[in-house]
Amino acid sequence: MNQIIRFTIDGTECMAAKGQYLVDAARENGIFIPTLCNYPGIKPKGSCRVCTVKVNGRLMTACTTPVAESMVIENLCPEIENLRKQIIELFFVEGNHFCPACEKSGQCELQALAYRYKIMAPRYPFAFPQREVDASNPKLIKDQNRCILCKRCIRGIHDEKGRTIFAYKRRSNRVEIGIDPKLGKELSDETAQKAMDICPVGALLVREKGFDIPIGERKYDKTPIGHDIEHHKIPTP
Amino acid sequence: MKTFTLKVLEKYSRDKTRLMDILIDIQSEFGFISRESIAQIAHELQMSEVDVEQTISFYHFFSMKPTGRYSIYLNNSAVANMMGRKEVAQALEKETGIKFGEVTADGLIGLYETSCIGMNDQEPAAIINNQIFTKLTPFRAKEIVRDIKEGKKVSQMFSASYGDGANRDDSVKSVVTNNIRKIGPILDPDYKVGGAIKKIITLSPEDVIHEIKNSNIRGRGGAGFPTGLKWEFCRNAPGARKYIFCNADEGEPGTFKDRVILTELPRLLFEGMVVAGYAVGAQEGILYIRYEYKYLQEYLEKILQAAREKNYLGKDIMGKKGFNFDIRIQFGAGAYVCGEESALIESAEGKRGEPRDRPPFPVEKGYLDMPTVVNNVETLCAVVKVILHGGEWYRSFGTAESTGTKLLSVSGDCRFPGVYEVAWGFSVNDILDMVGASEKNVQAVQVGGPSGSLIGPEEFSRILGYEDLATGGSLIIFDKTRDIISDVVLNFTEFFIEESCGSCSTCRILPSILKQKVEKILDARGVMQDIKDMEEWGKTLKASRCGLGQTAANPILTSIKNFRHLYEEKIQRSKDFDSGFDLSKAVQEACVATGRVPNI
Repeated sequence: MNQIIRFTIDGTECMAAKGQYLVDAARENGIFIPTLCNYPGIKPKGSCRVCTVKVNGRLMTACTTPVAESMVIENLCPEIENLRKQIIELFFVEGNHFCPACEKSGQCELQALAYRYKIMAPRYPFAFPQREVDASNPKLIKDQNRCILCKRCIRGIHDEKGRTIFAYKRRSNRVEIGIDPKLGKELSDETAQKAMDICPVGALLVREKGFDIPIGERKYDKTPIGHDIEHHKIPTP
Repeated sequence: MKTFTLKVLEKYSRDKTRLMDILIDIQSEFGFISRESIAQIAHELQMSEVDVEQTISFYHFFSMKPTGRYSIYLNNSAVANMMGRKEVAQALEKETGIKFGEVTADGLIGLYETSCIGMNDQEPAAIINNQIFTKLTPFRAKEIVRDIKEGKKVSQMFSASYGDGANRDDSVKSVVTNNIRKIGPILDPDYKVGGAIKKIITLSPEDVIHEIKNSNIRGRGGAGFPTGLKWEFCRNAPGARKYIFCNADEGEPGTFKDRVILTELPRLLFEGMVVAGYAVGAQEGILYIRYEYKYLQEYLEKILQAAREKNYLGKDIMGKKGFNFDIRIQFGAGAYVCGEESALIESAEGKRGEPRDRPPFPVEKGYLDMPTVVNNVETLCAVVKVILHGGEWYRSFGTAESTGTKLLSVSGDCRFPGVYEVAWGFSVNDILDMVGASEKNVQAVQVGGPSGSLIGPEEFSRILGYEDLATGGSLIIFDKTRDIISDVVLNFTEFFIEESCGSCSTCRILPSILKQKVEKILDARGVMQDIKDMEEWGKTLKASRCGLGQTAANPILTSIKNFRHLYEEKIQRSKDFDSGFDLSKAVQEACVATGRVPNI
């Protein structure tokens, strides 16, 4: 039996199993903490920083921090909300994100967060970088313009021997995602689809496919991101 | 190439956690790591090629393209620039006929820039095929290129006699100088190896930790975590094996005191690692040392071997049954961020030096997921003295909050740059007096390197210590002839951009944006809003995972705080806001094409 602990988020009393990551613990208590690099079933990495909260007054990423007894968490204070908005804006100026022309529009977590945070125009200057679309892989198209370097594909996709198929290349603001030249050629349709699904934006697309669901009926077209968590009825014991 | 690579892989038992060593050997042999080598390594280590490549492409001294039979890495730190780097760089380009980042057509010479190489007291300096060349001038640059063209070995290219102390040792033979200007309990040359080991084996590990706690010593790398507590956490953490790491990755621009310890007092350092090993119950120590100090490898290996022969290392050390401890050397390959303890561990495991999320902390889950202590070079030296003379003796130096002494690396505009060991509690003014920098000429002092703070004369009465100005030991002095924004702030900001691991959004993206703002102000296009933006946006970096990201805006933030007038002098005073858009410039091309005059 897991030990149940108590903590607060913005003053609301919450309960969770000890050792659960904050993001998951919050979700179970009907509280949404925005994330981008986090994905169910993949070890968290804390690279997008969007889920930053204040834990006992210190900035921590909710996806990597386990809850502990009596933690005091600030999630919706103006400082944190402004910080998240800034980080989301940073992604928009770093790459080239043209939502109307993107296959993932309506399914894109970055776009959905931008709506949730009511971003009209980023405060930062656009970098307009020269980025390439890599169509050399037989199953996937990689559009570096849209990549937010969240590492979900790196962490979530491996071959049967546990080898990584996606990886970072270089460092600093020159980082990009590489697909293994050999393993990438042997990708199954299923893995390619998984890679596209794991990608929070439209940087990995299954070739010759694009999309299944028409605009207007996509995941975030009807309800904003986080809505399902915030309006989930917690069963009374 | 194939057989060599195979030999290297066998040397490291096809262990993929030793990928750094494998890549270093291949890079050293061929001057680059080829696609074929990558495929071979990946195949033999059961990794994907892209996984091998992500480690290679992370480190500055690895290359997938040939870097020349002579690879010249010229330091580009702020102090190097102050000491005449630009002229040296121009001479190198002129003599070789290539630009930085290129290799000559015949594959003979490659020219590269590199972040601070730990020689700030003898700049401009460069690394050529792992040998250090200091105090370069355009004339020396010409000589060096001429020698290379004549086919001389790097070791035949020195024009001055070797440096002082162990720099002259047969296994070093380097022109680097120690410049030890003030000694104290740590740098005391009267040290005899083995005394602390003899003492600890009569004590329990708990008693050793108790004595370290009693000394109140805190980590000397900069963060200042209490050393005794760190050891205790690690000792108490469950784990089949435990590890002691010495962090000798000193990459903070302006620090070089660890290099001096490694040169003059490596036995003291190794003894400190043995003490730490005994205290936490570790059997293996790893000295993680920056690639820039590769010239010390043979020397350090020789000293380790001598220590093994004397049974200071090895099995049943000094006759203590069951006390086994040995040390191996792990080189980095050019990445400042690897000085962060969890990034250092990642790197030692053969991966990209990206800091880990915490918790868990390395003392619980570190190297190979085992409890690990990472201590700075200086900290490990200090613990030997604490063991020899007692915690109470150690507390007699320094202040109540900051006990003991601190090694300072002083560089920049002063008469006597070098290493000074002082008790904590010295004021900046005292230090300026000590190093021969006249107070009336000093404009600013960078305390703690780029990640620290830039302070002006009104703060020179502040004292060095964890309670006031905490520092890992780097002090860079700028006199009144220096342009703080272009010579210092811009250089440091570029450093942080280059050295970001690229994992956190904030640290990857924001510093480049802030740099544009600094350039805009230097270009006289800035407005008041730009200063406000930098102050506001700089705070966002605090949400980064590690110290590098969190402090990447410090050069900008602390210089705005303490030298606001320098920024305000350069902005357009008549404008509050700048649209950043010049309509007549934007339509210029179209006007030329259509033959129309802009109607603005």
